[in-house]
Amino acid sequence: MPYQIIVCGGLAPDPLQTLEPVFDPAKPSLKNELMLPAVFDPWAAHALYEAGRLAKEHPGTLVRVVSLAPKAKLQQVMMTVAQKLPFELAALDGPGGGFTDSGAVAAALAAAIAAMPDLDRSRLLLFGGWESATRGAGAVMQRVAERLGITEQFLAVDELSVEADGALRIKERIEGGRHQISRCSGPPAMLAWATGSLPEPPNHPQTGMANMRVIMPALQKARPVALEPGIEYLRTALPAAVRQTRVVKDVPAAEIAREIAEWIRQ
Amino acid sequence: MEKILVLLHTEDGQLPPSALETLGLARELGGGFDLAVLGAGAAAAAQHASGGAAKCFAVEGEPFAVSRYATDAAACEALIRASGAPLILAPDTMRFHRALPGVAERLGAAIDTHVVSVSPGGEVQRWYYRQRIEAALRRGQRPWILLVEPGSQTPAALQAGSAPELLNVSCNTRTTVEGFSTPIAGEQTIRPDAPLLFVAGAGWTKKQKDGAVHVDEAAELILDFVRRTQCSLGSSKSLVDLSGEGEAVLPFLTHLHQVGQTGSSPRHRKGLATCCHGEEPHVVGWRFIQERRAVNLDPNCGWVRGKADVVYVADAFEVMRELLKLL
Repeated sequence: MPYQIIVCGGLAPDPLQTLEPVFDPAKPSLKNELMLPAVFDPWAAHALYEAGRLAKEHPGTLVRVVSLAPKAKLQQVMMTVAQKLPFELAALDGPGGGFTDSGAVAAALAAAIAAMPDLDRSRLLLFGGWESATRGAGAVMQRVAERLGITEQFLAVDELSVEADGALRIKERIEGGRHQISRCSGPPAMLAWATGSLPEPPNHPQTGMANMRVIMPALQKARPVALEPGIEYLRTALPAAVRQTRVVKDVPAAEIAREIAEWIRQ
Repeated sequence: MEKILVLLHTEDGQLPPSALETLGLARELGGGFDLAVLGAGAAAAAQHASGGAAKCFAVEGEPFAVSRYATDAAACEALIRASGAPLILAPDTMRFHRALPGVAERLGAAIDTHVVSVSPGGEVQRWYYRQRIEAALRRGQRPWILLVEPGSQTPAALQAGSAPELLNVSCNTRTTVEGFSTPIAGEQTIRPDAPLLFVAGAGWTKKQKDGAVHVDEAAELILDFVRRTQCSLGSSKSLVDLSGEGEAVLPFLTHLHQVGQTGSSPRHRKGLATCCHGEEPHVVGWRFIQERRAVNLDPNCGWVRGKADVVYVADAFEVMRELLKLL
């Protein structure tokens, strides 16, 4: 049975970049934020790969990505992401950094999803990352789902399988390195993904070209979105965590082991 | 300080340490507070902890014994409405993290998660960009739900008080909780209470001095160390990802062990990284590790650049062999 999968995902600075905050009480940001190379948010990317797998297993399934980010950056990132698997894009042109409010972001995403003309909510699986690599609040997906009336929600999902009767069997991460296993009778449901179990798919240029034919018009039509501030920031700072590292070189392994053993016992 | 609702849930009929930490924070902040508990044995647990609370509420019963969005959200919504407090403090457990953002939406409330500090003046501190930037903030919107990061507060001692008012909550759900699984044997899991985090990096599966790969020996050394020290076992993303790239892997490591940008940020007093380069995406997961040491063959690895207290430039295989003789 085909699904309608909507993956919500924003952009995050490339994890290898050095981040430096620039303080402004109303709108803190990152130094050179617009110049920083960006990637599709890592956990949302895992959600997208899982959506691709499900679409392969259930022919007729439609995968759509809804993204709120500065349009120019989104276009750059989509050039890469589009090569991974077939999907359509609904783009919202707005601020994409971490210092935005989860409620305002959720409202914008939910409105974009609700406005999709051919949306069949009875077949809807709402996917996303369980936390972003920017705000890291882990609150947007639940709020989007609530706005869409979805009350079967799962957080930090690592595995989804569809049973013969169409029920969804879901593994969610819980404390202590364990998974909770739940069974949901079927869609609509919201799954906020953790890492899942799929590696990053290899780039497939033909898929990329086919995707970009629909992604480029979607980017051109991206609706500008202004987010309500809602938060008064008092300060932003880098943690003062640089340590005075002692480098131990040219010392026999037995001596190093003795020092480590002593340290562990302290 | 405005009135606070301390919203807690039970685990196996008891209040977990994270709940007592949240209660401790509310007591520290001063002012009045209400207490609300949901879950199996909620009424008894609430009475054991309600000393000092102005009002006390509980939701219990079979549907609320398990952690599940629909039932938890319905219960939390009822408890928050019953109290009417403008500020809600709850522990940032997976159960509440799943439920409370949706509850915030229902109540028209604001929510902040991973909160590490709250001041009586309403200043809240939390991390952004995966523990790379810290920020202090304030909000005018009420109700305001704050999910308090476990491990960040001093737990309160239990003080018994009055019996709670039991609320009747009904809710329909299409989800049943079937059970739990631990994907790896107990001795290799992440142990939140362990004093030491041991991180195995990708170097364990690379060619060694003799030009060969020694994955079996690496696995034996790592597991032996974990068994002897009862430490938490973590890995870098690259090591976890090797499985997807068809390379030799340590079979007991999964994405659950991953520490860093797309993994966990565990709280341990000490951390020992081995064969791991200490790149920023991994090291952001070490933000709450107080004492850090690393063993690496590369004297220019990331750990040397102020990310570890001590870096041993040595062969991890040799060091671990010697270390195991001493433990």
